[in-house]
Amino acid sequence: MPEDLNWAIGGEAGDGIDSTGKIFAQALSRAGRHVFTSKDFASRIRGGYTAYKIRTAVDPVESVVDRLDILIALTQRTVEENMDELHEGSVIIYDGERTTMQDLEIPEEMVGLDVPLKSLAEDAGGAIMRNIVALGAACEATNFPIENLDESLEKRFGGKGESIVENNKEAARLGQEYVAEEFDHDFDYDLETTDDDYVLLNGDEAIGMGALAAGCRFYSGYPITPATNVMEYLTGRIERYGGTVIQAEDELSAINMALGAARAGARAMTATSGPGIDLMTETFGLVATTETPMVIVDVMRSGPSTGMPTKQEQGDLNMLLYGGHGEIPRFVVAPTTVSECFHKTVEAFNFAEKYQTPVYLVADLAMAVTEQTFPPEEFDMDAVEIDRGKVVDDAAIDEWQNEKGQFQPHLATEDGVSPRTFPGTAGGAHMTTGLEHDALGRRTEEEEVRLEQVDKRNRKVETAKNEEDWSYREFGDSDSDKLVISWGSNEGAIREAMEFLEEDDISIRLVSVPYMFPRPDLSEDVEAANDVIVVECNATGQFADVVEHDTLTRVKRVNKYNGVRFKADELAEEIKNALAEGTEVEA
Amino acid sequence: MSSDVRFTDFKSDKQPTWCPGCGDFGTMNGMMKALANTGNDPDNTFVVAGIGCSGKIGTYMHSYALHGVHGRALPVGIGVKAANPNLEVMVAGGDGDGYSIGAGHFVHAVRRNMDMTYVVMDNRIYGLTKGQFSPTSREDFETSTSPDGTHQQPVNPLALALAAGGTFIAQSFSSDAQRHAEIVQQAIEHDGFGFVNVYSPCVTFNDVDTYDYFRDSLVDLGDDEDYDPNDYDQAKEAILDRSKEYQGVIYQDEDSRSYNDRMGLTEDLSDIPEGAPEDAMDLVREFY
Ligand SMILES: Cc1ncc(C[n+]2csc(CCOP(=O)(O)OP(=O)(O)O)c2C)c(N)n1
Ligand code: SF4
Repeated sequence: MPEDLNWAIGGEAGDGIDSTGKIFAQALSRAGRHVFTSKDFASRIRGGYTAYKIRTAVDPVESVVDRLDILIALTQRTVEENMDELHEGSVIIYDGERTTMQDLEIPEEMVGLDVPLKSLAEDAGGAIMRNIVALGAACEATNFPIENLDESLEKRFGGKGESIVENNKEAARLGQEYVAEEFDHDFDYDLETTDDDYVLLNGDEAIGMGALAAGCRFYSGYPITPATNVMEYLTGRIERYGGTVIQAEDELSAINMALGAARAGARAMTATSGPGIDLMTETFGLVATTETPMVIVDVMRSGPSTGMPTKQEQGDLNMLLYGGHGEIPRFVVAPTTVSECFHKTVEAFNFAEKYQTPVYLVADLAMAVTEQTFPPEEFDMDAVEIDRGKVVDDAAIDEWQNEKGQFQPHLATEDGVSPRTFPGTAGGAHMTTGLEHDALGRRTEEEEVRLEQVDKRNRKVETAKNEEDWSYREFGDSDSDKLVISWGSNEGAIREAMEFLEEDDISIRLVSVPYMFPRPDLSEDVEAANDVIVVECNATGQFADVVEHDTLTRVKRVNKYNGVRFKADELAEEIKNALAEGTEVEA
Repeated sequence: MSSDVRFTDFKSDKQPTWCPGCGDFGTMNGMMKALANTGNDPDNTFVVAGIGCSGKIGTYMHSYALHGVHGRALPVGIGVKAANPNLEVMVAGGDGDGYSIGAGHFVHAVRRNMDMTYVVMDNRIYGLTKGQFSPTSREDFETSTSPDGTHQQPVNPLALALAAGGTFIAQSFSSDAQRHAEIVQQAIEHDGFGFVNVYSPCVTFNDVDTYDYFRDSLVDLGDDEDYDPNDYDQAKEAILDRSKEYQGVIYQDEDSRSYNDRMGLTEDLSDIPEGAPEDAMDLVREFY
């Protein structure tokens, strides 16, 4: 287990919690430490409370735990919300001069650092910098060299002018000095630095970056938590490559715009969350039946309906696998880590164009908003390959025309994939429609043609099943008869839970599945195991159902659906409990 | 683009299944003429159609074309044009398609002012679903779903377009072939969203808004020497005057600048590198 430190800043929405947390996370990353962040957006009791949490270590960290070592509390509520996670020796930094903090009681075994955040900030040039004073105080309490914070402040405030940067540095320094001078305390914590180089980014950003690397040049979307960051990332960056982002009037429009752009030959993407996927579903069928390549990102949040917009869930799988009327060939790709969000986005574009199908790329809120450190080599741009599939240009057009010289966009080929022309290609003009159509793209209700086209579209999936590598990621003891199966962002927490379990001599084999459809065949793995546990953030076990369907075997389920991601220590307990349950369930 | 394109080059070899006498024949012919007259050819033209009898148009024309889902043709056209501004993009549909299920997209397409043309075949009825009232049906119009009238005001599509900041608002009549083709041609040539509401009678389900009715009541603003389509106030007056049926370019903003122009969209986005762009590592470095 990494020698980790858990740090948080909490306050009211609007207190600048997010940007302050991010400044510290960046400082840690620059100092060569690994970082894993998580956010509490909304309250368990009433609106307002928000927190940014950082787990940091010299070794990689991939999950959160139920423990807080350093807490910057801008409100009294922050302490109350986190009391369960505080422990003997936890440090709480707060401003006792605030009237709202005067009922604050810090338990004796904890270390309360009452720092006049506001007045020190005023000394440095403005009360607005009180969070930065707190960061300086936190540096002292963790023996973290404040110079690393300076760099982050330069990056954050550089655009606002030299004096703003200097004032912020001064604010941090005043916070640090105050703690050093006023508290004669030997702090337990020591945030040592290393010479390693890391980048710090979240899943939404990794998806956006993957899209740009893959040649996505058209994005249309409608803002929705937690997918909006993808659009915000692309806006202002996609233009560097000549591309464009359109903020559509709704999701119906967003997916239809992307469809138009894709038909015009651009690599096109849209991103949304569950409610938006609902609205896009009719057009999803059109995309599939017109055989238009497109990537549709679903960043899942708690449903149904508006549900809990800022909370974690993996509840959309059934919709992604089965949503839409009629039968629709599709791919569903599910990255399992922040860096996989990058790689799988690139892959999704290639699948889309090679097989001329819509691809759902599914991430969950926990992964999308989590910032995580990686060595930059993890995003190796030289390794990016782009496969545009069967694009026909002016020179080759004759081969794909019928005897009347008409281009056949839905020609039923052996592998199910038809030739494709971009508009502007001479002799390639054709129509396509959501109505059942013939090879020319024209409406038909002829029984033979209907069969041919349905089979052709489904054949693409068969071809892909044979041609691509639908592997999974594997961790732990490959000989263990205890198999844990996971999808999405749970992988990190399970990996760390496995270390806890090792301490109890329980060794686990973890299979983390990034492809929901087509997907790897887990029959042999399931057969070989005595205990099979599927871990997911939903109430009914949607992926567990799929595994049971594929393997004809009953599996155990560990589900979490209170809106909070799995934590490693909690998960270790859950897995232990599941293992203790009887093995066989009557089928 | 070739100069010897004839309008029949835009015809497909598929025979229309519209009822004999349907206004959509004339509407389509005029669109094909306008495309040919403006120097386009089928390989650089993209026609997007909605759902309805009107939406079948893409099938009977020859060009790059997509026949989508009900009410969503405009966003498809916007995507096509944004991704390749060199293409001539024409979107077509019915009054139900455009002003009912697609009304939201209509308003936003107008205000976005993408350089494209939108032709609505307004027959004041739902044809394809066999005769229910449409958003442009008169209040007292009796149909299978309005046995004693609709009990609601018909929408005024021209007024909607004007309110949304339309830069080219026109109306034509499918059987006045020459004028109709001329008006569509002007819409194509307009730098921005060229909107043409075409009276395109349904001979099967609408016995009120017939050829005779339009022939008798149409007033051609082109014949009025005092009418200046660039004059917003005159246009507003004409558009809000529901006692008459007008034909012609009713409003055109001479200063219109299309979305493409404002956003600097000039490139064909289908052209991408074979791997990540050369400076892609800069994208990673931003996260240091
Ligand atoms: C989502 C959806 N709802 C309903 C329909 C059924 N539908 C098909 S065409 C149409 C109305 C067509 O009216 P209009 O746009 O005026 O075209 P017309 O047939 O009169 O040319 C309707 C309601 C559909 N295809 N899709
Ligand atoms: S039903 Fe009406 S609109 Fe449809 S084809 Fe016949 S005449 Fe034309």
